[in-house]
Amino acid sequence: MASMLQSGPVAMPSARVTETRRRRLRSRHLAGWLCLLPFLAVNFIVILGPSLSTFYYSLTDWNGIGPATYIGLQNFRDLTHDHNFVEAFRHVIIWTCFFLTVPIAMGLLGSFLLSQITRGQMLFRLLYFIPYTIASVVNASMWKNIFDTRRGIFAQLDNLGVPGMDNISIFGSTRNALWGVAWVDNWHWWGFLVVVFLAAMQSVDQELYDAVKLDGGGRWREFRDVTIPGILPTLVFILLLTIIASLLVFDYIYIITQGGPAGSTEMVGTLLYKTAFEMFEAGYAAAMGVTMTLLSVLIMLGYRTLQRRGWEV
Amino acid sequence: MSAIMPPRTGSAKKRSTEQYIFYAALLVLAFIAVAPLAVLVFNSLKTSVEFGRNPLGIPTNPQFGNFREAWNRGDYQISIRNSLIYSLATALGVCVISGLAAYSLSRLNVRGGNLLIAYLFMGITIPPQLYVIPLFSLWVRFDLIDSRIGLIIIYWAIFSPFATLLLRSYMLSLPRELEDASRVDGANELQTLLRIVLPLALPGLMVVALVSFLMSWNEFFFAITFIQSDALKPVTISFLAFQGRFDTNWGLTSAAGIIVILPVMLLFLLLQRRFISGLTAGALKG
Repeated sequence: MASMLQSGPVAMPSARVTETRRRRLRSRHLAGWLCLLPFLAVNFIVILGPSLSTFYYSLTDWNGIGPATYIGLQNFRDLTHDHNFVEAFRHVIIWTCFFLTVPIAMGLLGSFLLSQITRGQMLFRLLYFIPYTIASVVNASMWKNIFDTRRGIFAQLDNLGVPGMDNISIFGSTRNALWGVAWVDNWHWWGFLVVVFLAAMQSVDQELYDAVKLDGGGRWREFRDVTIPGILPTLVFILLLTIIASLLVFDYIYIITQGGPAGSTEMVGTLLYKTAFEMFEAGYAAAMGVTMTLLSVLIMLGYRTLQRRGWEV
Repeated sequence: MSAIMPPRTGSAKKRSTEQYIFYAALLVLAFIAVAPLAVLVFNSLKTSVEFGRNPLGIPTNPQFGNFREAWNRGDYQISIRNSLIYSLATALGVCVISGLAAYSLSRLNVRGGNLLIAYLFMGITIPPQLYVIPLFSLWVRFDLIDSRIGLIIIYWAIFSPFATLLLRSYMLSLPRELEDASRVDGANELQTLLRIVLPLALPGLMVVALVSFLMSWNEFFFAITFIQSDALKPVTISFLAFQGRFDTNWGLTSAAGIIVILPVMLLFLLLQRRFISGLTAGALKG
Protein backbone atom coordinates (compact mmCIF):
# COMPACT_ATOMS: atom_id res chain seq x y z
CA MET A 1 0.00 0.00 0.00
CA ALA A 2 2.60 2.50 1.14
CA SER A 3 4.94 1.70 -1.71
CA MET A 4 2.18 2.24 -4.18
CA LEU A 5 1.34 5.63 -2.79
CA GLN A 6 4.96 6.62 -3.24
CA SER A 7 4.99 5.51 -6.84
CA GLY A 8 2.84 8.57 -7.56
CA PRO A 9 4.19 12.10 -7.97
CA VAL A 10 6.99 11.91 -5.41
CA ALA A 11 8.58 15.23 -6.14
CA MET A 12 5.75 17.26 -4.60
CA PRO A 13 6.51 19.25 -1.44
CA SER A 14 4.72 17.81 1.58
CA ALA A 15 2.43 20.81 2.19
CA ARG A 16 1.11 20.61 -1.34
CA VAL A 17 0.69 16.85 -1.03
CA THR A 18 -1.66 17.23 1.93
CA GLU A 19 -3.50 20.00 0.07
CA THR A 20 -4.05 17.77 -2.98
CA ARG A 21 -5.01 14.88 -0.77
CA ARG A 22 -7.56 17.01 1.01
CA ARG A 23 -8.98 18.19 -2.29
CA ARG A 24 -9.01 14.63 -3.54
CA LEU A 25 -10.81 13.48 -0.41
CA ARG A 26 -13.39 16.22 -0.86
CA SER A 27 -13.93 15.24 -4.48
CA ARG A 28 -14.32 11.63 -3.40
CA HIS A 29 -16.91 12.74 -0.93
CA LEU A 30 -18.78 14.59 -3.63
CA ALA A 31 -18.49 11.60 -5.96
CA GLY A 32 -19.84 9.42 -3.16
CA TRP A 33 -22.97 11.48 -2.85
CA LEU A 34 -23.40 11.79 -6.60
CA CYS A 35 -23.28 8.00 -6.91
CA LEU A 36 -25.93 7.66 -4.24
CA LEU A 37 -28.19 10.27 -5.78
CA PRO A 38 -30.18 8.09 -8.25
CA PHE A 39 -30.80 5.51 -5.55
CA LEU A 40 -31.87 8.06 -2.97
CA ALA A 41 -34.10 9.87 -5.47
CA VAL A 42 -36.17 6.87 -6.61
CA ASN A 43 -36.27 5.44 -3.11
CA PHE A 44 -37.53 8.68 -1.61
CA ILE A 45 -40.14 9.30 -4.31
CA VAL A 46 -41.56 5.77 -4.40
CA ILE A 47 -40.99 4.29 -0.95
CA LEU A 48 -39.82 6.56 1.84
CA GLY A 49 -41.83 9.69 1.03
CA PRO A 50 -45.15 7.91 0.48
CA SER A 51 -44.52 5.67 3.51
CA LEU A 52 -44.02 8.68 5.75
CA SER A 53 -47.05 10.44 4.32
CA THR A 54 -49.14 7.34 5.03
CA PHE A 55 -48.54 8.08 8.71
CA TYR A 56 -50.07 11.52 8.21
CA TYR A 57 -52.96 10.27 6.04
CA SER A 58 -53.84 7.68 8.68
CA LEU A 59 -54.90 10.65 10.81
CA THR A 60 -57.21 12.04 8.13
CA ASP A 61 -60.46 11.48 6.32
CA TRP A 62 -59.29 11.16 2.71
CA ASN A 63 -60.65 9.61 -0.48
CA GLY A 64 -57.22 9.10 -2.03
CA ILE A 65 -57.23 11.94 -4.54
CA GLY A 66 -58.79 15.09 -3.10
CA PRO A 67 -57.91 17.10 0.02
CA ALA A 68 -57.51 15.28 3.34
CA THR A 69 -59.26 16.42 6.54
CA TYR A 70 -57.41 15.92 9.81
CA ILE A 71 -59.47 13.82 12.25
CA GLY A 72 -56.88 12.74 14.82
CA LEU A 73 -56.97 9.14 15.97
CA GLN A 74 -60.55 8.53 14.82
CA ASN A 75 -59.53 5.96 12.16
CA PHE A 76 -57.66 3.91 14.73
CA ARG A 77 -60.59 4.04 17.16
CA ASP A 78 -62.87 2.85 14.34
CA LEU A 79 -60.52 -0.03 13.55
CA THR A 80 -60.85 -1.52 17.03
CA HIS A 81 -64.57 -2.17 16.57
CA ASP A 82 -64.60 -2.79 12.83
CA HIS A 83 -65.82 -6.38 12.56
CA ASN A 84 -64.21 -6.86 9.12
CA PHE A 85 -60.83 -5.69 10.36
CA VAL A 86 -60.90 -7.84 13.47
CA GLU A 87 -61.91 -10.86 11.40
CA ALA A 88 -59.15 -10.15 8.84
CA PHE A 89 -56.67 -9.83 11.68
CA ARG A 90 -57.75 -13.23 13.01
CA HIS A 91 -57.13 -14.74 9.57
CA VAL A 92 -53.70 -13.12 9.49
CA ILE A 93 -52.83 -14.83 12.78
CA ILE A 94 -53.94 -18.24 11.42
CA TRP A 95 -51.95 -17.56 8.24
CA THR A 96 -48.85 -16.59 10.23
CA CYS A 97 -49.07 -19.75 12.35
CA PHE A 98 -49.30 -21.85 9.18
CA PHE A 99 -46.23 -20.20 7.69
CA LEU A 100 -44.23 -20.44 10.91
CA THR A 101 -44.72 -24.22 10.91
CA VAL A 102 -45.51 -26.01 7.62
CA PRO A 103 -42.94 -24.46 5.24
CA ILE A 104 -40.31 -24.27 7.99
CA ALA A 105 -40.75 -27.97 8.79
CA MET A 106 -40.67 -28.92 5.10
CA GLY A 107 -37.62 -26.73 4.55
CA LEU A 108 -35.75 -28.18 7.52
CA LEU A 109 -36.65 -31.74 6.56
CA GLY A 110 -35.58 -31.28 2.94
CA SER A 111 -32.34 -29.53 3.76
CA PHE A 112 -31.34 -31.94 6.52
CA LEU A 113 -31.97 -34.96 4.28
CA LEU A 114 -30.04 -33.28 1.46
CA SER A 115 -27.09 -32.64 3.77
CA GLN A 116 -26.97 -36.36 4.57
CA ILE A 117 -26.80 -37.75 1.04
CA THR A 118 -23.82 -37.95 -1.24
CA ARG A 119 -25.23 -38.09 -4.76
CA GLY A 120 -27.89 -36.05 -6.48
CA GLN A 121 -27.79 -33.14 -4.05
CA MET A 122 -27.60 -30.53 -6.80
CA LEU A 123 -30.45 -32.08 -8.78
CA PHE A 124 -32.83 -32.18 -5.79
CA ARG A 125 -31.87 -28.64 -4.88
CA LEU A 126 -32.77 -27.51 -8.39
CA LEU A 127 -36.11 -29.36 -8.41
CA TYR A 128 -37.11 -27.90 -5.04
CA PHE A 129 -36.21 -24.40 -6.15
CA ILE A 130 -38.19 -24.39 -9.42
CA PRO A 131 -41.60 -23.51 -7.87
CA TYR A 132 -40.09 -20.33 -6.42
CA THR A 133 -39.48 -19.03 -9.94
CA ILE A 134 -43.08 -19.60 -11.13
CA ALA A 135 -45.24 -16.48 -11.48
CA SER A 136 -47.88 -16.33 -8.75
CA VAL A 137 -50.75 -16.02 -11.25
CA VAL A 138 -49.75 -19.24 -13.02
CA ASN A 139 -49.13 -21.06 -9.76
CA ALA A 140 -52.62 -20.10 -8.59
CA SER A 141 -54.24 -21.26 -11.83
CA MET A 142 -52.42 -24.60 -11.63
CA TRP A 143 -53.79 -25.33 -8.18
CA LYS A 144 -57.28 -24.17 -9.11
CA ASN A 145 -57.14 -26.89 -11.74
CA ILE A 146 -55.77 -29.52 -9.33
CA PHE A 147 -58.29 -28.66 -6.59
CA ASP A 148 -61.22 -28.36 -9.01
CA THR A 149 -64.28 -29.89 -7.35
CA ARG A 150 -65.52 -31.81 -10.38
CA ARG A 151 -62.33 -32.73 -12.19
CA GLY A 152 -59.49 -32.22 -9.74
CA ILE A 153 -57.49 -34.55 -7.57
CA PHE A 154 -60.25 -35.22 -5.03
CA ALA A 155 -62.76 -36.16 -7.75
CA GLN A 156 -60.19 -38.58 -9.15
CA LEU A 157 -59.62 -40.13 -5.74
CA ASP A 158 -63.39 -40.41 -5.35
CA ASN A 159 -63.55 -42.25 -8.69
CA LEU A 160 -60.94 -44.68 -7.38
CA GLY A 161 -63.19 -45.36 -4.42
CA VAL A 162 -61.30 -43.49 -1.70
CA PRO A 163 -63.89 -42.67 1.00
CA GLY A 164 -64.67 -39.08 1.98
CA MET A 165 -63.41 -37.55 -1.26
CA ASP A 166 -66.83 -36.90 -2.73
CA ASN A 167 -67.57 -33.34 -3.77
CA ILE A 168 -64.72 -31.63 -1.92
CA SER A 169 -64.45 -27.94 -2.58
CA ILE A 170 -61.30 -26.06 -1.57
CA PHE A 171 -61.39 -22.46 -2.75
CA GLY A 172 -65.19 -22.33 -2.81
CA SER A 173 -65.67 -23.44 0.76
CA THR A 174 -65.55 -21.13 3.76
CA ARG A 175 -63.99 -23.93 5.80
CA ASN A 176 -61.18 -24.90 3.38
CA ALA A 177 -60.36 -21.80 1.36
CA LEU A 178 -57.87 -20.26 3.81
CA TRP A 179 -55.89 -23.49 4.09
CA GLY A 180 -56.07 -24.00 0.34
CA VAL A 181 -54.59 -20.59 -0.45
CA ALA A 182 -51.97 -21.05 2.25
CA TRP A 183 -50.99 -24.36 0.68
CA VAL A 184 -50.60 -22.76 -2.77
CA ASP A 185 -48.41 -20.00 -1.34
CA ASN A 186 -46.42 -22.59 0.61
CA TRP A 187 -45.88 -24.69 -2.52
CA HIS A 188 -43.85 -21.91 -4.09
CA TRP A 189 -42.04 -21.04 -0.83
CA TRP A 190 -40.82 -24.16 1.01
CA GLY A 191 -38.24 -25.16 -1.64
CA PHE A 192 -36.62 -21.74 -1.33
CA LEU A 193 -36.23 -22.45 2.40
CA VAL A 194 -34.59 -25.81 1.64
CA VAL A 195 -31.90 -24.03 -0.35
CA VAL A 196 -31.41 -21.32 2.27
CA PHE A 197 -31.20 -23.79 5.17
CA LEU A 198 -28.92 -26.10 3.21
CA ALA A 199 -26.49 -23.25 2.54
CA ALA A 200 -26.52 -22.42 6.26
CA MET A 201 -25.98 -26.06 7.20
CA GLN A 202 -22.93 -26.30 4.99
CA SER A 203 -21.09 -23.87 7.22
CA VAL A 204 -21.74 -25.92 10.39
CA ASP A 205 -18.54 -27.42 11.77
CA GLN A 206 -18.31 -31.07 10.65
CA GLU A 207 -16.41 -32.05 13.79
CA LEU A 208 -19.49 -31.37 15.91
CA TYR A 209 -21.36 -34.06 13.97
CA ASP A 210 -18.48 -36.48 14.46
CA ALA A 211 -18.57 -35.78 18.18
CA VAL A 212 -22.27 -36.71 18.35
CA LYS A 213 -21.54 -39.89 16.38
CA LEU A 214 -18.75 -40.88 18.77
CA ASP A 215 -21.20 -40.29 21.59
CA GLY A 216 -23.46 -42.86 19.99
CA GLY A 217 -26.12 -40.30 19.13
CA GLY A 218 -28.46 -40.88 16.17
CA ARG A 219 -29.62 -38.61 13.38
CA TRP A 220 -32.23 -36.96 15.53
CA ARG A 221 -29.60 -35.90 18.07
CA GLU A 222 -27.35 -34.65 15.28
CA PHE A 223 -30.25 -32.58 14.00
CA ARG A 224 -31.34 -31.28 17.39
CA ASP A 225 -27.94 -30.71 19.01
CA VAL A 226 -25.78 -29.66 16.06
CA THR A 227 -27.83 -28.63 13.02
CA ILE A 228 -30.44 -26.47 14.70
CA PRO A 229 -27.97 -24.54 16.91
CA GLY A 230 -25.65 -24.22 13.91
CA ILE A 231 -28.21 -22.59 11.66
CA LEU A 232 -30.06 -20.71 14.42
CA PRO A 233 -29.23 -17.18 13.18
CA THR A 234 -30.59 -17.98 9.71
CA LEU A 235 -33.59 -19.82 11.13
CA VAL A 236 -34.58 -16.98 13.45
CA PHE A 237 -34.09 -14.44 10.68
CA ILE A 238 -36.39 -16.46 8.40
CA LEU A 239 -39.02 -16.75 11.15
CA LEU A 240 -38.86 -12.99 11.58
CA LEU A 241 -39.25 -12.37 7.85
CA THR A 242 -42.14 -14.86 7.81
CA ILE A 243 -44.05 -12.91 10.46
CA ILE A 244 -43.44 -9.56 8.77
CA ALA A 245 -44.43 -10.86 5.34
CA SER A 246 -47.52 -12.61 6.73
CA LEU A 247 -48.87 -9.48 8.40
CA LEU A 248 -49.71 -7.91 5.04
CA VAL A 249 -50.05 -10.94 2.76
CA PHE A 250 -51.80 -10.02 -0.45
CA ASP A 251 -50.88 -11.68 -3.76
CA TYR A 252 -52.25 -15.21 -3.51
CA ILE A 253 -55.39 -14.18 -1.65
CA TYR A 254 -56.18 -11.49 -4.20
CA ILE A 255 -55.52 -13.80 -7.15
CA ILE A 256 -57.37 -16.88 -5.92
CA THR A 257 -60.27 -15.84 -3.72
CA GLN A 258 -60.28 -12.02 -3.44
CA GLY A 259 -60.96 -12.57 0.25
CA GLY A 260 -64.00 -14.80 -0.32
CA PRO A 261 -66.01 -16.92 -0.07
CA ALA A 262 -68.05 -14.85 2.39
CA GLY A 263 -64.94 -13.10 3.71
CA SER A 264 -63.41 -16.37 4.92
CA THR A 265 -59.99 -15.53 3.45
CA GLU A 266 -60.05 -11.77 3.94
CA MET A 267 -56.66 -10.53 5.16
CA VAL A 268 -55.67 -7.08 6.37
CA GLY A 269 -53.66 -6.66 3.14
CA THR A 270 -56.65 -7.34 0.88
CA LEU A 271 -59.07 -5.42 3.07
CA LEU A 272 -56.72 -2.43 2.97
CA TYR A 273 -56.52 -2.62 -0.81
CA LYS A 274 -60.30 -2.78 -1.24
CA THR A 275 -60.85 -0.02 1.31
CA ALA A 276 -58.48 2.29 -0.57
CA PHE A 277 -59.11 1.44 -4.22
CA GLU A 278 -62.73 0.25 -4.26
CA MET A 279 -64.35 2.12 -1.37
CA PHE A 280 -62.09 5.19 -1.65
CA GLU A 281 -61.55 5.44 2.10
CA ALA A 282 -57.82 5.94 1.72
CA GLY A 283 -57.31 7.53 5.14
CA TYR A 284 -58.92 4.56 6.87
CA ALA A 285 -56.86 2.14 4.74
CA ALA A 286 -53.71 4.06 5.68
CA ALA A 287 -54.56 3.50 9.35
CA MET A 288 -54.64 -0.26 8.67
CA GLY A 289 -51.23 -0.09 6.98
CA VAL A 290 -49.77 1.92 9.86
CA THR A 291 -51.18 -0.49 12.46
CA MET A 292 -49.62 -3.51 10.76
CA THR A 293 -46.32 -1.72 10.17
CA LEU A 294 -46.10 -0.67 13.82
CA LEU A 295 -46.65 -4.31 14.74
CA SER A 296 -43.76 -5.45 12.57
CA VAL A 297 -41.54 -2.65 13.92
CA LEU A 298 -42.33 -3.90 17.43
CA ILE A 299 -41.36 -7.43 16.43
CA MET A 300 -38.13 -6.18 14.84
CA LEU A 301 -37.29 -4.19 17.97
CA GLY A 302 -37.91 -7.28 20.11
CA TYR A 303 -35.50 -9.21 17.94
CA ARG A 304 -32.84 -6.49 18.16
CA THR A 305 -33.22 -6.35 21.93
CA LEU A 306 -32.71 -10.10 22.20
CA GLN A 307 -29.64 -9.75 20.00
CA ARG A 308 -28.23 -7.01 22.17
CA ARG A 309 -28.88 -9.05 25.30
CA GLY A 310 -26.37 -11.51 23.88
CA TRP A 311 -28.66 -14.03 22.20
CA GLU A 312 -26.68 -15.65 19.42
CA VAL A 313 -29.31 -14.90 16.80
CA MET B 1 -10.93 -39.51 11.76
CA SER B 2 -12.61 -41.84 9.29
CA ALA B 3 -10.37 -44.68 10.42
CA ILE B 4 -12.24 -44.83 13.73
CA MET B 5 -15.13 -47.26 13.40
CA PRO B 6 -18.47 -45.90 14.56
CA PRO B 7 -19.31 -47.56 17.87
CA ARG B 8 -22.21 -49.68 16.71
CA THR B 9 -21.40 -52.76 14.63
CA GLY B 10 -23.22 -53.55 11.42
CA SER B 11 -23.70 -49.84 10.93
CA ALA B 12 -22.48 -49.90 7.32
CA LYS B 13 -25.58 -51.85 6.40
CA LYS B 14 -27.68 -49.71 8.67
CA ARG B 15 -26.31 -46.58 7.04
CA SER B 16 -27.19 -47.83 3.58
CA THR B 17 -30.82 -48.67 4.48
CA GLU B 18 -30.92 -45.26 6.05
CA GLN B 19 -29.73 -43.76 2.78
CA TYR B 20 -32.57 -45.51 0.94
CA ILE B 21 -35.09 -44.03 3.34
CA PHE B 22 -33.55 -40.58 2.87
CA TYR B 23 -33.71 -40.85 -0.90
CA ALA B 24 -37.32 -42.04 -0.72
CA ALA B 25 -38.27 -39.03 1.42
CA LEU B 26 -36.40 -36.67 -0.90
CA LEU B 27 -38.25 -38.15 -3.87
CA VAL B 28 -41.58 -37.54 -2.15
CA LEU B 29 -40.60 -33.90 -1.66
CA ALA B 30 -39.46 -33.69 -5.28
CA PHE B 31 -42.84 -35.08 -6.32
CA ILE B 32 -44.61 -32.31 -4.37
CA ALA B 33 -42.45 -29.70 -6.11
CA VAL B 34 -42.70 -31.02 -9.64
CA ALA B 35 -46.01 -32.91 -9.99
CA PRO B 36 -48.21 -29.79 -10.24
CA LEU B 37 -45.97 -28.49 -13.03
CA ALA B 38 -46.21 -31.84 -14.79
CA VAL B 39 -50.01 -31.59 -14.62
CA LEU B 40 -49.77 -28.11 -16.13
CA VAL B 41 -47.71 -29.44 -19.03
CA PHE B 42 -49.96 -32.50 -19.51
CA ASN B 43 -53.13 -30.44 -19.58
CA SER B 44 -51.71 -27.92 -22.01
CA LEU B 45 -51.44 -30.76 -24.54
CA LYS B 46 -55.05 -31.95 -24.24
CA THR B 47 -58.09 -31.05 -26.32
CA SER B 48 -61.18 -30.31 -24.22
CA VAL B 49 -62.59 -33.72 -25.20
CA GLU B 50 -59.55 -35.49 -23.83
CA PHE B 51 -59.47 -33.26 -20.74
CA GLY B 52 -63.04 -34.33 -19.96
CA ARG B 53 -62.01 -37.98 -20.02
CA ASN B 54 -58.60 -37.58 -18.41
CA PRO B 55 -58.26 -34.37 -16.33
CA LEU B 56 -54.92 -34.91 -14.55
CA GLY B 57 -53.05 -37.76 -16.28
CA ILE B 58 -50.60 -38.04 -19.16
CA PRO B 59 -52.18 -37.09 -22.51
CA THR B 60 -52.75 -40.07 -24.80
CA ASN B 61 -52.75 -37.97 -27.94
CA PRO B 62 -50.69 -34.79 -27.35
CA GLN B 63 -51.92 -31.76 -29.32
CA PHE B 64 -50.16 -28.42 -29.57
CA GLY B 65 -53.24 -26.51 -30.78
CA ASN B 66 -53.85 -24.95 -27.34
CA PHE B 67 -50.63 -22.97 -27.60
CA ARG B 68 -51.52 -21.37 -30.90
CA GLU B 69 -55.04 -20.59 -29.72
CA ALA B 70 -53.85 -19.17 -26.38
CA TRP B 71 -51.19 -17.10 -28.12
CA ASN B 72 -53.74 -15.54 -30.48
CA ARG B 73 -56.71 -15.12 -28.18
CA GLY B 74 -54.64 -13.90 -25.23
CA ASP B 75 -52.82 -11.15 -27.17
CA TYR B 76 -49.53 -12.56 -25.97
CA GLN B 77 -47.66 -10.87 -28.76
CA ILE B 78 -48.41 -7.57 -27.04
CA SER B 79 -48.05 -8.64 -23.41
CA ILE B 80 -44.82 -10.61 -23.89
CA ARG B 81 -43.33 -7.55 -25.53
CA ASN B 82 -44.54 -5.37 -22.65
CA SER B 83 -43.08 -7.75 -20.07
CA LEU B 84 -39.77 -7.82 -21.92
CA ILE B 85 -39.68 -4.02 -21.90
CA TYR B 86 -40.55 -3.81 -18.18
CA SER B 87 -38.11 -6.53 -17.17
CA LEU B 88 -35.16 -5.43 -19.30
CA ALA B 89 -35.57 -1.78 -18.32
CA THR B 90 -35.84 -2.81 -14.68
CA ALA B 91 -32.77 -5.06 -14.82
CA LEU B 92 -30.70 -2.41 -16.55
CA GLY B 93 -31.86 0.43 -14.32
CA VAL B 94 -31.38 -1.54 -11.11
CA CYS B 95 -27.83 -2.42 -12.20
CA VAL B 96 -26.99 1.24 -12.78
CA ILE B 97 -28.73 2.60 -9.68
CA SER B 98 -27.53 -0.10 -7.31
CA GLY B 99 -24.12 -0.41 -8.91
CA LEU B 100 -23.43 3.28 -8.30
CA ALA B 101 -24.87 3.17 -4.79
CA ALA B 102 -22.91 0.04 -3.88
CA TYR B 103 -19.71 1.56 -5.26
CA SER B 104 -20.26 4.62 -3.13
CA LEU B 105 -21.07 2.60 0.01
CA SER B 106 -18.18 0.19 -0.36
CA ARG B 107 -15.43 2.49 -1.62
CA LEU B 108 -16.04 6.21 -1.21
CA ASN B 109 -16.57 6.43 2.57
CA VAL B 110 -19.55 8.76 2.45
CA ARG B 111 -20.54 10.30 5.75
CA GLY B 112 -23.84 8.75 6.86
CA GLY B 113 -23.19 5.66 4.81
CA ASN B 114 -23.73 3.34 7.76
CA LEU B 115 -27.08 4.97 8.47
CA LEU B 116 -28.07 4.31 4.87
CA ILE B 117 -27.02 0.67 5.12
CA ALA B 118 -29.16 0.31 8.25
CA TYR B 119 -32.06 1.87 6.35
CA LEU B 120 -31.55 -0.61 3.52
CA PHE B 121 -31.81 -3.54 5.92
CA MET B 122 -34.94 -2.09 7.52
CA GLY B 123 -36.31 -0.85 4.20
CA ILE B 124 -36.46 -4.28 2.62
CA THR B 125 -39.23 -5.13 5.06
CA ILE B 126 -41.39 -2.04 4.40
CA PRO B 127 -44.60 -3.55 3.03
CA PRO B 128 -45.93 -2.14 -0.27
CA GLN B 129 -49.29 -1.52 1.35
CA LEU B 130 -47.70 1.09 3.57
CA TYR B 131 -46.83 3.33 0.64
CA VAL B 132 -49.06 2.26 -2.24
CA ILE B 133 -51.94 4.66 -1.49
CA PRO B 134 -49.99 7.96 -1.40
CA LEU B 135 -47.84 6.64 -4.24
CA PHE B 136 -50.95 6.11 -6.33
CA SER B 137 -52.18 9.65 -5.74
CA LEU B 138 -48.69 10.99 -6.44
CA TRP B 139 -48.58 9.04 -9.72
CA VAL B 140 -52.02 10.44 -10.63
CA ARG B 141 -50.61 13.92 -10.12
CA PHE B 142 -47.48 13.17 -12.18
CA ASP B 143 -49.63 11.52 -14.87
CA LEU B 144 -47.65 8.29 -14.45
CA ILE B 145 -50.63 5.95 -13.99
CA ASP B 146 -50.95 3.55 -16.89
CA SER B 147 -47.56 4.47 -18.29
CA ARG B 148 -44.55 2.25 -18.91
CA ILE B 149 -42.00 4.52 -17.30
CA GLY B 150 -44.30 4.97 -14.29
CA LEU B 151 -44.22 1.26 -13.54
CA ILE B 152 -40.52 0.93 -14.34
CA ILE B 153 -39.60 3.68 -11.85
CA ILE B 154 -41.53 1.79 -9.16
CA TYR B 155 -39.64 -1.40 -10.01
CA TRP B 156 -36.33 0.45 -9.81
CA ALA B 157 -37.21 1.64 -6.35
CA ILE B 158 -38.49 -1.66 -4.95
CA PHE B 159 -35.72 -3.88 -6.36
CA SER B 160 -32.72 -1.60 -5.82
CA PRO B 161 -32.37 -1.94 -2.01
CA PHE B 162 -31.73 -5.70 -2.07
CA ALA B 163 -29.48 -5.27 -5.14
CA THR B 164 -27.47 -2.54 -3.41
CA LEU B 165 -26.85 -4.72 -0.37
CA LEU B 166 -25.89 -7.66 -2.55
CA LEU B 167 -23.53 -5.62 -4.73
CA ARG B 168 -22.02 -3.83 -1.76
CA SER B 169 -21.00 -7.07 -0.11
CA TYR B 170 -19.76 -8.32 -3.46
CA MET B 171 -17.63 -5.22 -3.98
CA LEU B 172 -16.24 -5.41 -0.46
CA SER B 173 -14.88 -8.83 -1.38
CA LEU B 174 -13.00 -7.45 -4.40
CA PRO B 175 -9.34 -6.38 -4.09
CA ARG B 176 -8.78 -2.62 -3.87
CA GLU B 177 -5.16 -2.43 -5.02
CA LEU B 178 -6.00 -1.85 -8.69
CA GLU B 179 -8.36 1.01 -7.86
CA ASP B 180 -5.85 2.68 -5.57
CA ALA B 181 -3.21 2.37 -8.25
CA SER B 182 -5.55 3.89 -10.81
CA ARG B 183 -6.30 6.85 -8.52
CA VAL B 184 -2.65 7.39 -7.80
CA ASP B 185 -2.05 7.41 -11.52
CA GLY B 186 -4.33 10.42 -11.69
CA ALA B 187 -7.57 8.86 -12.89
CA ASN B 188 -10.71 10.48 -11.47
CA GLU B 189 -13.50 8.56 -9.73
CA LEU B 190 -15.55 8.11 -12.87
CA GLN B 191 -12.61 6.72 -14.85
CA THR B 192 -11.70 4.40 -11.99
CA LEU B 193 -15.30 3.21 -11.78
CA LEU B 194 -15.65 2.50 -15.50
CA ARG B 195 -12.21 1.04 -16.23
CA ILE B 196 -11.34 -0.83 -13.05
CA VAL B 197 -14.38 -1.49 -10.86
CA LEU B 198 -16.97 -2.24 -13.54
CA PRO B 199 -15.17 -5.19 -15.16
CA LEU B 200 -14.40 -6.69 -11.75
CA ALA B 201 -17.99 -6.29 -10.54
CA LEU B 202 -19.54 -7.76 -13.67
CA PRO B 203 -20.38 -11.21 -12.19
CA GLY B 204 -22.20 -9.51 -9.29
CA LEU B 205 -24.07 -7.22 -11.67
CA MET B 206 -25.06 -10.26 -13.73
CA VAL B 207 -26.70 -11.86 -10.68
CA VAL B 208 -28.53 -8.63 -9.87
CA ALA B 209 -29.73 -8.29 -13.47
CA LEU B 210 -31.05 -11.87 -13.56
CA VAL B 211 -32.85 -11.59 -10.24
CA SER B 212 -34.42 -8.21 -11.08
CA PHE B 213 -35.51 -9.58 -14.45
CA LEU B 214 -37.20 -12.57 -12.84
CA MET B 215 -38.85 -10.55 -10.08
CA SER B 216 -40.24 -7.92 -12.42
CA TRP B 217 -41.43 -10.56 -14.90
CA ASN B 218 -43.42 -12.27 -12.13
CA GLU B 219 -44.47 -9.09 -10.31
CA PHE B 220 -48.19 -8.73 -9.73
CA PHE B 221 -49.21 -6.19 -7.10
CA PHE B 222 -47.87 -2.99 -8.68
CA ALA B 223 -48.65 -4.08 -12.22
CA ILE B 224 -52.33 -4.63 -11.47
CA THR B 225 -52.59 -1.41 -9.48
CA PHE B 226 -50.78 0.95 -11.85
CA ILE B 227 -51.47 -0.47 -15.34
CA GLN B 228 -54.98 -0.35 -16.71
CA SER B 229 -55.00 -0.43 -20.52
CA ASP B 230 -54.66 -3.72 -22.37
CA ALA B 231 -51.93 -2.34 -24.62
CA LEU B 232 -49.58 -1.89 -21.65
CA LYS B 233 -50.34 -5.00 -19.60
CA PRO B 234 -47.49 -7.37 -18.72
CA VAL B 235 -47.99 -11.14 -19.15
CA THR B 236 -48.98 -11.80 -15.54
CA ILE B 237 -51.92 -9.39 -15.69
CA SER B 238 -53.05 -10.42 -19.15
CA PHE B 239 -52.89 -14.05 -18.06
CA LEU B 240 -55.19 -13.28 -15.14
CA ALA B 241 -57.70 -11.67 -17.50
CA PHE B 242 -57.36 -14.59 -19.91
CA GLN B 243 -58.03 -17.07 -17.14
CA GLY B 244 -61.12 -15.13 -16.16
CA ARG B 245 -62.46 -15.38 -19.71
CA PHE B 246 -61.74 -19.08 -20.26
CA ASP B 247 -62.33 -20.13 -16.70
CA THR B 248 -62.88 -23.89 -17.06
CA ASN B 249 -61.06 -24.50 -20.32
CA TRP B 250 -58.06 -25.92 -18.48
CA GLY B 251 -56.25 -27.05 -21.62
CA LEU B 252 -56.23 -23.53 -22.96
CA THR B 253 -55.37 -21.80 -19.66
CA SER B 254 -52.57 -24.33 -19.02
CA ALA B 255 -51.03 -23.52 -22.38
CA ALA B 256 -51.38 -19.81 -21.62
CA GLY B 257 -49.70 -20.33 -18.25
CA ILE B 258 -46.78 -22.12 -19.86
CA ILE B 259 -46.33 -19.22 -22.27
CA VAL B 260 -46.04 -16.91 -19.23
CA ILE B 261 -43.46 -18.98 -17.34
CA LEU B 262 -41.43 -20.42 -20.21
CA PRO B 263 -39.03 -17.48 -20.86
CA VAL B 264 -38.08 -17.18 -17.20
CA MET B 265 -37.92 -20.95 -16.75
CA LEU B 266 -35.46 -21.34 -19.62
CA LEU B 267 -33.31 -18.52 -18.31
CA PHE B 268 -33.41 -20.03 -14.83
CA LEU B 269 -32.46 -23.53 -15.97
CA LEU B 270 -29.56 -22.16 -18.00
CA LEU B 271 -28.17 -19.96 -15.24
CA GLN B 272 -29.47 -21.67 -12.12
CA ARG B 273 -26.40 -21.22 -9.95
CA ARG B 274 -26.40 -17.46 -10.37
CA PHE B 275 -30.15 -17.26 -9.83
CA ILE B 276 -30.07 -19.35 -6.69
CA SER B 277 -27.15 -17.49 -5.16
CA GLY B 278 -28.77 -14.12 -5.91
CA LEU B 279 -32.25 -15.01 -4.73
CA THR B 280 -31.11 -16.56 -1.46
CA ALA B 281 -28.43 -13.96 -0.68
CA GLY B 282 -30.74 -11.80 1.42
CA ALA B 283 -32.04 -14.65 3.55
CA LEU B 284 -28.74 -16.01 4.84
CA LYS B 285 -27.46 -14.81 8.14
CA GLY B 286 -24.52 -15.51 10.38
